[in-house]
Amino acid sequence: MDGAAVAFDEMLDPSGEVRPAYAGYHAWLERQQPEWLRRKNAETEGVFRRTGITFNVYGEDAAEERLIPFDMVPRIVSAAEWRRLSRGIEQRVRALNAFIHDLYHRQEIIRAGRVPERLFRDNAAWLPHMVGFTPPGGVYTHIVGIDLVRTGPDDFFVLEDNARTPSGVSYMLENRETMMAMFPELFTRVPVETVSDYPMRLARSLAACAPPRTEGKPVVAVLTPGIYNSAYYEHAFLADQMGAELVEGSDLRVIDGRVAMRTTGGYQPVDVLYRRVDDEYLDALTFNPNSVLGVPGIMDVYRSGGITIANAPGTGIADDKAVYSFMPEIVEFYTGEKPLLPNVETFRCADPDTLKYVLDNLAELVVKEVHGSGGYGMLVGPAASKRELAAFRAKLTARPENYIAQPTLALSTCPVFARKGLSPRHVDLRPYVLVSPNGIDITPGGLTRVALKKGSLVVNSSQGGGTKDTWVLKD
Amino acid sequence: MLGRTANGLFWMFRYLERAENTARLLDAGLRMALTRDLITAEEEWRSVIHASGQSRAYRAKHGTFTGIQVWNHILRDKDNAGSVLAMMRQVRTNARGVRNAISGELWGVVNESWMALDDKLTRPVTQGSVGEVIDMVRRAGTLAHGAMANSMLRDAGYHFARAGTFVERADNTARILDMKYYLLLPSLSYVGTPLDSGQWDQVLRSVSGQRAYRWLNAGQTDPRGIVQFLVLDERFPRSLAYSHSMLAEAVTALARIHGQEGDSHRLIADSTSKLAGLAVTQVFEQGLHEFLTEFTRCNAAIALAISNDYRFLR
Repeated sequence: MDGAAVAFDEMLDPSGEVRPAYAGYHAWLERQQPEWLRRKNAETEGVFRRTGITFNVYGEDAAEERLIPFDMVPRIVSAAEWRRLSRGIEQRVRALNAFIHDLYHRQEIIRAGRVPERLFRDNAAWLPHMVGFTPPGGVYTHIVGIDLVRTGPDDFFVLEDNARTPSGVSYMLENRETMMAMFPELFTRVPVETVSDYPMRLARSLAACAPPRTEGKPVVAVLTPGIYNSAYYEHAFLADQMGAELVEGSDLRVIDGRVAMRTTGGYQPVDVLYRRVDDEYLDALTFNPNSVLGVPGIMDVYRSGGITIANAPGTGIADDKAVYSFMPEIVEFYTGEKPLLPNVETFRCADPDTLKYVLDNLAELVVKEVHGSGGYGMLVGPAASKRELAAFRAKLTARPENYIAQPTLALSTCPVFARKGLSPRHVDLRPYVLVSPNGIDITPGGLTRVALKKGSLVVNSSQGGGTKDTWVLKD
Repeated sequence: MLGRTANGLFWMFRYLERAENTARLLDAGLRMALTRDLITAEEEWRSVIHASGQSRAYRAKHGTFTGIQVWNHILRDKDNAGSVLAMMRQVRTNARGVRNAISGELWGVVNESWMALDDKLTRPVTQGSVGEVIDMVRRAGTLAHGAMANSMLRDAGYHFARAGTFVERADNTARILDMKYYLLLPSLSYVGTPLDSGQWDQVLRSVSGQRAYRWLNAGQTDPRGIVQFLVLDERFPRSLAYSHSMLAEAVTALARIHGQEGDSHRLIADSTSKLAGLAVTQVFEQGLHEFLTEFTRCNAAIALAISNDYRFLR
C-alpha cells in the first residue's frame, strides 16, 4: 500500500517548508553538488563491507554475511521532542521492571484484577525458577529497546518493548561514525548530541549491577552464541568497545560456586554476564538439555548471588505482544501516573467479539503473532493479497489467542537518498535504555529503521529495511 | 585473555603464514617453469605440488602436472581444503572470532584482503593473472604484519600471534628444504661439482631468499652456504634459527606475562641453544633429512606445548 500520501513527513511540512529540526541539515544539503552526493552515497556500502558490519540471515548459508543498507540522510529529532520522549520512555521502563518483579513475587497486579492470570500462566517466557528471586540491584531489564513510531507532529506511539535482548545498538554507533567520517563539516554546523559514549555507559551500568559480594572492579563479559549468530558483529563490537571479554559457552564453566572463564592463565570468575543467548539455551541443566551455547549450572550460581545475568532470565514475560496490550494498565498500576507515551490501539483476538471485528476488518489491520518477532509471521492487511488474507483468516480462526491486531498506522516518513534524489520512506525509532540501581539512562539517539521500498511499512532488516543515523539536536 | 582467543590468534597467523609461503612456493615454481623445457617444467610443477603438501588431493583429480592445473588447484580448488583461498578464509574467520583481541586496523586489512582475493578467485586463474594473485596473497601478509606491528597492544595476544607466525614459518622452511635435500647429497662427496643453480635458485626463491643469499655469499652457490643460510643464519627472517629465536622471544614474553614457565618455554629454550651451538658440518654429518625431520618434530611439540600451557582448548 502507499501510505506516503497521508503520512507525516518529518522533514517537510504540507506546504513544502522545511521543519525547524531539519533546517540546518537542509541548508547544508542544498549547497551540495548532486553528483558529489551520489558519489558519497555509492561509497557507503564499501565502508560498511570493509569494517565488516554485517549480519547473518537465518536459513541462509552460514557463511553468508549481509549488510544492512545505510541511508545517508539523517533522521532528526528536536531537543524538545527528545525531552518528551525520554520522560515517557523512563516511565515505561520503570513500570516494566516493577511489573516483572511483581509477577515473580506477590503478583499484586493480578490480585488487583488489572491483568489476567493467563498472561504469564500460558507464556513460554515465564520462568518458574525466577519466582521469589530478586536479581542483584533489583534490575531485570538492564538494556531495553523501545520501538517508537510517529504519526503526527505530537503523536508518538510505542509499538513494541524489547525487554530481552534488544539488538541494533552497534548500528546506532557505526552509523554515526560513518556520517562523521563522510560529512565531517556537517557536525560543525548542526549541534548533535553524541552517542559514542554508549559503550562506556553500558559498561558502567552493568558494573553497577554486579552482585553485592563482588570485590574490586567487577569482571564483565559478553556471552555470544558464536561467529555464525546473526548479531555476532554486534556482540564482538560491544565487548571490544567496553573492554570486556567476548565469551562463548565453551569458555565458561562453574567452579567453586562461580561462573568462570577459561583464560590463558587459568579460570577467572565472571561477575556480570551480558548474555546475547536466549533463556532457553542459557543452562543445559535447567532448560534445554541439548544446549551447548550456555553454561551448565549457571542458574544455581545466579540464584545464590554469584553472578549477574543481563538481562535477567525470564524478562521475556514483559515483551510479549499480549502483555503489550496491557501496558497502559501496567504503567498506571506501578507508577500511579497516566502513560506519557501511548500504545498503539491493540485488539486481542483471544476475545470472541474482538476476533469477529478483526476478521471483518482484516484488510485494514496489521496482525501479529503474540510471540513473533523480526517482522515474521505478520500480516499487513492493506498490502496483502486475497490469498494471504485468506490464509491469515484461517490461522486466526484456528488459534485466535496467538494473535493481536492493530490499525495500520500511517508511519511518519523521512527522506532517503534515492536514485532520483530525495524520496520519503516510512521510519520507526528504537532508543536504547540502560537500567541500573543508579537510575535509568537513555542515550540521546537510537536506531532509525527505514522501509527502503517505496510505500512499505515493514522496517525490519530481515525484510528489506535499512537504517539511518539518528540525530537528537542539542538545545 | 581467553584460551579460545589465544588459540584463534595463534591459528589466524599460522594460516596467514602458510598461505603466504604457499604463494612464495608457487611464485618460485612459476619462475622455474618459464626457464625450462616442457618436460622439466612438468617435473617442477610436480615438486611444487609435493612441497605444498597437497599431492594426494591433486592426484585425486589430475593425471598430469601443468602449470595452470597446479596453480588453480593450489590457489582456489573447492575440493582442496588446503588451498590458498581456504587458508585465507581461515585467517579471516579466526580474525572475526578474535575481533576484540585485534586492532581495528588489523581487522580492516585482513577483511579487505579477504574480500579482494575471494572476488579474484571466483574465476579460474589464467597465465596472465597468476602473478597478480600471488602478489595479492603476499601483500595480504605484509599488510597484516604491518598493521599488527603498528597498531596492536603488546600484550599476550600479540605474542600468541607471533608464536603462530614463527611456528608455521619454521615448519614451512624446513619442509621446503627437505624437499630438495637429495640435491645436496651428491655434492657432499663431490665437493666442487657445480650445483644445478636453477634448482637452488628455486629453493631460495621459495623462501624469498635469493637476493639476500647472493648479497651475503657473493654469488657462491654451494650446499654448505645454502644450508648455513636457511638453517643457521639468524639474519635471514625465514631461517630456522631466526624463526626459533623469534618464537623463543614470544614464548618468553608469554611466560613473563603469565608469571610461569611451562613446557613450551623449556622446549624452545632447548631448540634455540641447540641451534646456537650447531655447525653446518654437524648438520651434514647427522644427515640433512634426518636433521630436518627431527627439527619439524620438535617444532610441532613446541606448538602443542603452547596450546597446552595456555589452555587453548577445553
